[in-house]
Amino acid sequence: MEEVDVEPTVTNIPAASDGKHLGFAWGPGDILVYETLYKGSGSGCSFIHEVRKDEDIYSPILRKLFNESHHIFVGLQTIREDLPSKNKKNQFVSISKNYRSVIRACMEELQQVAVSTKEAAVATQYGNQVSILLAIELIWNLCEVLFIDAAPAGSLLLHLLDWVRLHKADVDEKAREVLQSESPAEHRDYWDVVVSYVLQGRLEEARQMLVKQAALQPAARSMYKLIDTLLSRMPFYNPGGNQTLTEFDVKWRHWHDEVNRCLQDNSFASNRHLEIICKILAGDEDTLLEHKELLSTWYHFLVTRLLFSHPTVKPTELHYYAQSCLTMFLDSRSVPEPLDNILLAAFEFDIHQVIKDCSIALNNWWFVAHLTDLLDHCKLLQSHNLHFGSNLREFLLLEYASGLFTHHSLWQLAVDYFDHCPEFGHVYLELQIERVPLDTERKALKVLRICDQRQMSEQVRSICKIMAMRALRNNRLGSALSWSIRAKDAAFATLISERLTVNTVYASKGTFSDLDLIDNLGPAMLLSDRLTFLGKYREFHKLYGEKRFGEAAKLLLSLMTAKIAPRSFWMTLLTDALPLLEQKEVIFSADQTHELMFCLEELTSSPHAPMMDEDIELTKVELLRLSLARNLAMAIIKEGTVEA
Amino acid sequence: MENINAKYVSQKISKTRWRLVSHASLQQPDVFATGSWDNEVNKISFWSIGNHGSSDMDDGFEGDPQLLCEHKHDGDVLDLQFLDQDRIVTTSSTGAVTIFRLHQNSQTISVAQRWPRAHGFPCENAPCTGVVCSSPEIVTVGEDGKIIVFRADQEGVIRVIENADSSTIHAVTYLRTTEILTVNSIGQLKLWDFRQQSNAPSQILSLSGDRVPLHCVDRHPNQQHIVATGGQDGMLCVWDVRQGSTPFSLMEAHSAEMWEVRFHPTNPDHLFTCSEDGSLLHWETSTSSDMPSFLQGGRNNSMISRSAMAPAGGNQSLINAWLSGDSSKGRLETTHMLPSQTLSVNSLDVLGQCLVCGTDGEAIFVNRQVPV
Repeated sequence: MEEVDVEPTVTNIPAASDGKHLGFAWGPGDILVYETLYKGSGSGCSFIHEVRKDEDIYSPILRKLFNESHHIFVGLQTIREDLPSKNKKNQFVSISKNYRSVIRACMEELQQVAVSTKEAAVATQYGNQVSILLAIELIWNLCEVLFIDAAPAGSLLLHLLDWVRLHKADVDEKAREVLQSESPAEHRDYWDVVVSYVLQGRLEEARQMLVKQAALQPAARSMYKLIDTLLSRMPFYNPGGNQTLTEFDVKWRHWHDEVNRCLQDNSFASNRHLEIICKILAGDEDTLLEHKELLSTWYHFLVTRLLFSHPTVKPTELHYYAQSCLTMFLDSRSVPEPLDNILLAAFEFDIHQVIKDCSIALNNWWFVAHLTDLLDHCKLLQSHNLHFGSNLREFLLLEYASGLFTHHSLWQLAVDYFDHCPEFGHVYLELQIERVPLDTERKALKVLRICDQRQMSEQVRSICKIMAMRALRNNRLGSALSWSIRAKDAAFATLISERLTVNTVYASKGTFSDLDLIDNLGPAMLLSDRLTFLGKYREFHKLYGEKRFGEAAKLLLSLMTAKIAPRSFWMTLLTDALPLLEQKEVIFSADQTHELMFCLEELTSSPHAPMMDEDIELTKVELLRLSLARNLAMAIIKEGTVEA
Repeated sequence: MENINAKYVSQKISKTRWRLVSHASLQQPDVFATGSWDNEVNKISFWSIGNHGSSDMDDGFEGDPQLLCEHKHDGDVLDLQFLDQDRIVTTSSTGAVTIFRLHQNSQTISVAQRWPRAHGFPCENAPCTGVVCSSPEIVTVGEDGKIIVFRADQEGVIRVIENADSSTIHAVTYLRTTEILTVNSIGQLKLWDFRQQSNAPSQILSLSGDRVPLHCVDRHPNQQHIVATGGQDGMLCVWDVRQGSTPFSLMEAHSAEMWEVRFHPTNPDHLFTCSEDGSLLHWETSTSSDMPSFLQGGRNNSMISRSAMAPAGGNQSLINAWLSGDSSKGRLETTHMLPSQTLSVNSLDVLGQCLVCGTDGEAIFVNRQVPV
C-alpha cells in the first residue's frame, strides 16, 4: 500500500442516521451510499445518497470555463508540427494567455455574482471559487513565465515583475483613493502608496506622487530632487535593445553604488520616508521585511528583493532566492500553505512536483490536465511512464474527460479530449459512449455521428438496435426501419418486415402509413429478403389495382419461381392468382400456367404440408386445380389459334 | 468574420429565433429567444442585443447579447417559434407543447397555455420535434408520427392526423395557408392539405437514391413552390413541389447532419444552413440573364447538380436561380460564417442583417452585419 500524501477528508452524510452501517458502490464520478441492516437494529432506510466529489462542473459560471478551454484545447492540438520552434513558442505563449484570459473572465463573473447576491451561502461558495481561480491563474502565469516563455536572465526579472504587478491590484485602488482626495500628499495612505510603487518597480508613478509631496515641503527641495534623480536613473533591462546583459549589469552596479553612497552620506537622514525609499532601492532586506503588509506575499518579497539586488538573476539561480525568501518572510509561527509549496516547486523548475501538488490541492482535474497538455506540447515533460502504461499528460486528460463524461451535458466536450489521447482514449470512449442516456432521436443521432466518425461500428449497431427496438415497441415501423438501415442490420430489417407482413397482409389492419412505407422503400428493399418480397407483393397489388394484369401475373409468378417469397406464403400467392385465372381473357400463358401448376404440386407434395388436413385448404387446392386446368385449356387454344 | 461575437451561456442551445419585427419599421431585430437541451433543468431565454443604440449596457461591449429573462422548461426544447410579438410556442422532448408569454414591462416570462401530452406513445413520451405557426393556428409534429393542429387560446386540439407517418416526422413548414409540408426519417416530403378530410397526404416526394432522413425544411419566401431541405448526409436539396417527385438540385453542403436551413426572409437569393459538423454556410445565388445552366450542362467537383427538365414557358427571368444551382458558372457562392472547430451548430435564424446561431459548445454567435 502506497503512502498517502495527505490525510483523506471526511465527509459526513447528514441524512444517514448515526451508528448505521453504510454500504457503498463506486460510480464513474461519484459514490452511491446506502444504509445497510448489518447492525441489525431499527428499520431500514430507503434512501440512496449520492456523494459527488466535484461540484464545480455543475456550477453554471464555471461551465463557461470548461467550454471555452475546450475550444482552446482543440485549437492547440491542431498546431502544425513543422513550424520553426521560435514561431511555435510564440504560439504557445499566446495559447497560454488565452487560457489565462478565460480564467480571468470567469473569475470576474463569479466575483460580480458573489458581490451582488443576497444569499450568504451562494456568496461564500462563489467567493471560494474566486480565490481558487485566483490561485490557479497565479500558478499558471508563473508557469508561463518560467517554463513556456522560458525567459533568459534579464528579461526573466521583467516578466516576474509583470507577474507580481498583475496579482497585486489593490495598489491601484489605494492610489486612486489617495489621488481623489483633497490633498493627496497629506492622505494617511500616501506614503504606503509611494512605497508600494517603489516595491513594484513602478518608479515613474512613484516620482509623480513624490512631486506632490515636494510641492508641500519647499524647504526639503534638494532631498526630493536627489531621490527623484535616483529613481529616474535606475536602469531597466531592455530585451529588444542592443545592450548586452553585461553592459546592463555594469550600468546597474554604478547606479547601485550611487544609491549606497547616498545612504552612507546620510542624505535622507532628516526624512524618514525618503530614507526608507532609499534603503529599498539599495535592496536592504530588513527594510523590505519591515513592509510585510505592503508586500503581503513572499513572492512579492522575492521579486522586489531580486529587483533591487540581483536584476540579472538567472533562471537556475531562482530557487536559492525563493527558498530563502520564503523562510525569511514567514515567521516561525506560520506554516507554508499548499500554494506556497507549489510556487516554490515552480521556482525550482520541478514541473512534476507542481503538477502533483496541484492535483492534490484541487478537486477538479481541469487545471492540471490543460496545463500538462500545454507543457507537453512545449516538449517540457520527460516521458515519465506511469504504472498504467500511459504518460502523465494522457493520464490527466483521461481523468479529466472521464469526469466530464458523467455530466449530463458536458459529455460532448469529453469526446474531443479522448480523441487526443492516443493510447487509451479510444477504449475509454467506447466504454463511455454507450452509457449516454438517449431520450430523443436527436440525441441518438448526435451520439451515432460521434461513433461513425471514429469507426466504432459495434457501438453504432448497438445504439441503432436500442432505438429500433424502442420504435418497434411503439409500433413505429418506419422509424425502426430507418434505424436498421443506418446500422445495416439485415436481421432486424427481417424482423420489421415480419411485423409489416402481419399488419398489412394477414391482419389487414395496416394503416395507410404502413402501406406507404412499403411503397416507398426504395433501395432499402434490398436490405432483407423479406422486405424485398413485401415490396414486390405490394407492387403486385398495385398493378392489380391498376388493372395491369399481364404485368401483375408475371410478377406473381416470379415471386414464386425466383424463390423471393417464403414457402409459407405460396398458398396466399396462389389464392391471389385465382381471380387472374378466372378472368374472361387469358392472362397466364400456357407456360406460365404450367409453372403455376408445378408450384402447386411442390407445395402440396412437400412433406411439411400440415394444411392438407383441413377441409378449407383442400377445397382451395381443388379450386386452384380446376382454375389452372381451365386456364391451361384456354391458353393452349389461344396460342394455337392463327390470327385471321 | 470580425463581426461575429461569441457568448458562452452555460447551456447547450437547441433552437434560436429572432423576435418578429414589424415590416413597416425598418428596424433591425433586437431580441431573440433561445431554448436549451440536454440540461438537468432546461430553459427558454430571451436575449437583447440592444440595436436601438440605447447605451444602458455598462458592461459587455456593443453587440454582446444580454439576458433579459428566462424560464424553466420541462424537457429539451426541440423547436421554438414566435406566435406574435409577445408569445412564443415551444415543443418539448416530453411531448408537451407550451405557449410562453413575454411581459415586456416587467421582463418576465409566464406560461400562457400548455398541452402537456400533445404527442405521446401509449406507454411512454414521444418528443414533439417540430412546430410551425401562423397565428392563431399552431401545427406540431412528433416522433409518434402525428400531426396536430392547435389554436392558441383554445383548450383542446383542433385536428389530429394519427399515423400520418410510420417514421419520425422531423420538421414542418407552411406551404400555403391551408397546406403544410413535412419531412421524415425515411427521406420523404409529404404535402398535407387541411381542406381535405382524409388523413392521407396529397403528395409525396422523395429522393430516388438512398432514403436518407431529412431533418429540416424551409420554403422560399416569395415563390411557394420552391422548398429546400437538408438531410442526414448533409446534402442540401432544392425541390419544386409542382413538378416531379424528385428534387431539382442536390448540393453537397456539409459532412454531417444538416440541422437547419433558412431562406433569408426578405432577400431570398441568400440561404443559410448549419450542421452537426460545426459549420454555418451562407449560400448566395444570383439571377443572371445568361442561358440557364441546365441547358449548358456542366459539373463542378464541389457540388452535384441535377436539373430535371426545362420549366414550361422557358422565360429566363422567371426561372428561379435556386432551381439551377451550378457554382461553376459563378452563380452560387458559399461562405463559412463561423470560426472553425466549433461543436455542432444546432440552429440559426436570420432577419434583416442579423444572424444568430447556437451551438453545442454552449455558445451563441451573433453577426449583425451579414452581407445580404
